[in-house]
Amino acid sequence: MTDASMTPTDAPKKKSSLMAQDARTRKRNAAETRFRMYGMAAIAVGLLFLVFLFTSILRSGLPAFTQTVVDIEFTLTQEQFDTAESKMLKTGEYQKIFVNALSEQLDARGLDVAFDAKAIQRIVGKPGGTIRSFFLENPDRIGTPVSFELAASSRVDGYFNGRMTRDTLVDSRFLMATDLDLVDALEEAGIIGGAFNWNFITGTDSGVDNPGGAGLGASVIGSFFMMLVVLFLSLPIGVAASIYLEEFAPKNRWTDLIEVNISNLAAVPSIVFGILGLAVFIQFAGFPQSAPLVGGLVLTLMTLPTIIISTRASLAAVPPSIRDAALGVGASKMQSVFHHVLPLAMPGILTGTIIGLAQALGETAPLLLIGMVGFVAREYPETFVGGFTDANSAMPAQIYTWASRADPGFYEKAWGGIIILLLFLITMNAIAVVLRRRFERRW
Amino acid sequence: MPFTWLLLILAAIAVVGYQMGRSRALKSAGGDRRVLHSLPVYYGSNVAMWAIVPAAAVLIVWLLAQPFFVNSRVLATLPDTMVSEGSSIGLVMSDVRRVADGLDTAVAQGAMSRDEALSLSTETSDVRERLGDVGVALGSAVSAEVLKGAQLYRTLNATGSTLMTVLVLLIALGGAAYAYSRSTADFRARNNVERGILALLIAAASVAILTTIGILFALLFNTIEFFKLYPAADFFFGTNWAPSFSGRGGASDLGVLPLLWGTFYISFIALLVAVPIGLFSAIYLSEYAGPKVRGIAKPLIEILAGIPTIVYGLFALLTVGPLLVSMFGKETLGWMQGGTAVMTAGLVMGIMLIPFVSSLSDDIINAVPQAMRDGSYGLGATKSETIRQVILPAALPGIVGAILLAASRAIGETMIVVLGAGAAARLSLNPFEAMTTITAKIVSQLTGDADFASPEALVAFALGMTLFVLTLGLNIFALYIVRKYREQYD
Repeated sequence: MTDASMTPTDAPKKKSSLMAQDARTRKRNAAETRFRMYGMAAIAVGLLFLVFLFTSILRSGLPAFTQTVVDIEFTLTQEQFDTAESKMLKTGEYQKIFVNALSEQLDARGLDVAFDAKAIQRIVGKPGGTIRSFFLENPDRIGTPVSFELAASSRVDGYFNGRMTRDTLVDSRFLMATDLDLVDALEEAGIIGGAFNWNFITGTDSGVDNPGGAGLGASVIGSFFMMLVVLFLSLPIGVAASIYLEEFAPKNRWTDLIEVNISNLAAVPSIVFGILGLAVFIQFAGFPQSAPLVGGLVLTLMTLPTIIISTRASLAAVPPSIRDAALGVGASKMQSVFHHVLPLAMPGILTGTIIGLAQALGETAPLLLIGMVGFVAREYPETFVGGFTDANSAMPAQIYTWASRADPGFYEKAWGGIIILLLFLITMNAIAVVLRRRFERRW
Repeated sequence: MPFTWLLLILAAIAVVGYQMGRSRALKSAGGDRRVLHSLPVYYGSNVAMWAIVPAAAVLIVWLLAQPFFVNSRVLATLPDTMVSEGSSIGLVMSDVRRVADGLDTAVAQGAMSRDEALSLSTETSDVRERLGDVGVALGSAVSAEVLKGAQLYRTLNATGSTLMTVLVLLIALGGAAYAYSRSTADFRARNNVERGILALLIAAASVAILTTIGILFALLFNTIEFFKLYPAADFFFGTNWAPSFSGRGGASDLGVLPLLWGTFYISFIALLVAVPIGLFSAIYLSEYAGPKVRGIAKPLIEILAGIPTIVYGLFALLTVGPLLVSMFGKETLGWMQGGTAVMTAGLVMGIMLIPFVSSLSDDIINAVPQAMRDGSYGLGATKSETIRQVILPAALPGIVGAILLAASRAIGETMIVVLGAGAAARLSLNPFEAMTTITAKIVSQLTGDADFASPEALVAFALGMTLFVLTLGLNIFALYIVRKYREQYD
């Protein structure tokens, strides 16, 4: 019969079971797991980079906040003072007194290390001048015990921080291997040790050969004045521009042009803004080089798109019913915007502004071109106006300057500077997050 | 400080005008505010606005125009021979300005009387020494012409400032008086003030256009200047970058190709790192991760985007570079000579771009309609099959756009390459060699001490122009793709 021929007898029926997976399903499921793993691995790698970055910042940067100091207390007698003042080389005489006091104290603790004045010089520099000027200013302290805290040289600092060990030390006029015996003895005697380096936070930049004395203070002030310029220009201009574009702008060519410009400016490389600053503000308008005012102007132009974009988003988030209600009770369009929409959008605007400022604070490339890098910020600005117009550095520019100096002692300072910079950024972002959480209304 | 005083007086006029305008309007209404057309505030504001805005506009225009006017007048008095004697107009003018500043300082310190500063001549006294006494160091002896020019410069500036002060104050007073005279009960003060505010808003919005014009002007003007000194064909097709700085003499080779190559090579490696990691993170976060994981991992990865580039630069120079040298350096494989290399910069830049790629792709993947996923699941596809065969093809244009945006970021990135990529311009395929990029060379050409009018410094503007055009093109193309893709599903 035809029926019989239609049933295939030789082809075995494919067995499938809900209980056991067949090979193909297993393969597909394996592929599924693999794909999922790729995703997890990608996230893990990203987070790993983050952890790696932060550990290397912290590990290399924290030593910048401590400083090795020689803390020694000794008494200068009137007699010693008079003889020292009568000599030709006065500071040299004080140095001798200092060395004697040091060896007496070491002897008193039963530590016997041979050393000479040169070794002391290599470890703490020339302490004579400091001691002399102290006693000249405070003659009444002669005869009483006075304690001196003297900063150790950067190499000794490196030895304490583990940047350098006995094995890696190469004898030079900066530090000899034998000096380390003295350093160890001093440490045992409790004379040399670590202290918090306030100078790094409050001090100013030092010359190229003194990484130990370098501080970030002046450039923090420079950054502060730059941020003042950015805040007081970009917030009003940004908010005004957003109000116009979001509330008033008719749909025409001019509006389109502005919109296209804003979105393009947000993507222009920051170095191009630096060129703009150099050519327009410094060459053309004749503003002073390295001035926080110029830096602030350039950063304002860079931050504007960010602020405009976030302000427009928060203006658009205010529901139209608010506007309608205001118009309904007789407010003009301008009044409805300034009295009702703007106050409601304010938390969002401030959040966006703080985030924009944080971006501007870390921006470096444009500052290179307006001359903030070659400048050594040795002094704080004297007046408030001077804070804007006097040449100064800024935090990121200072970090770059340190990173490009030849002495590796500065690298530690650069990392330390980064920690301070990041602390500022984290604080600003935290404020922004808190503002958003507390005040942002969702309709 | 007369300028600060001027601003203070302007502010005072505005405040007084505000009060007067307000009270005049009220008085004309017989003290009954219901009779007024607008709220009393607007009458006051109207007067204040009329006092400040026209005066401020004149002030700004004057401040911009005065230096040009003074410069051209002073230049006209200088004999042509001075300029041609191996120096440029700019140098002579800066001499003039320095002497003029010195005279100002001398007068301010009381070392010189006002009349003396005007009548001083090189024949009777040594100007350089006298200015040196008050702390103004001059490079060389002051010639008679320069001193004359400086004196003229001072006189013109002084008259200019006086004129400006008088004019600005007159305009402010006039504006205030005009608005004051109109402050009567039926004057439409609110409409006037609002029109003024709207004009200010439009002006603020136009700053964006002004910035773009400023960028174009700065780049174009100096680029043309550069091409006058250096043939454009050599710049665009030259394969050698060897600027010689003024002191050493000799001609420079300023070919852009090695820099372009370095730029693209580093960006390519950066994308090689950032695209797979970023894309897979985005896929995992948007398709697999639960809200808890997403809530933790997404902000953490985005921290990478908030870190300033100087931090990445230092990370490349001091951490990644030495690490790579210890892996591929002389002691092990011998591929790498120094810490600064294409690989170093590319790797670190890749890390920087991960959050950029991942958050853009995340948005785009989320924009794919749920119906497409449901359809695919309904046909029995697994999650990964759905992603690979449905979601990714649907999101592809958007993802390409995101990658292009990331590429334009990479091309324009400065600090990482300045610190991590090295300074040698070369055309090489070895990723462990130091190379340099357009941005790094813009920095080095403009921060050196080269004469600003030399081709070695001006080339930075041509490089900037190249960079600007390159990134702008990429951005417009990318945004076009992204926008087109969005419209597809809206």
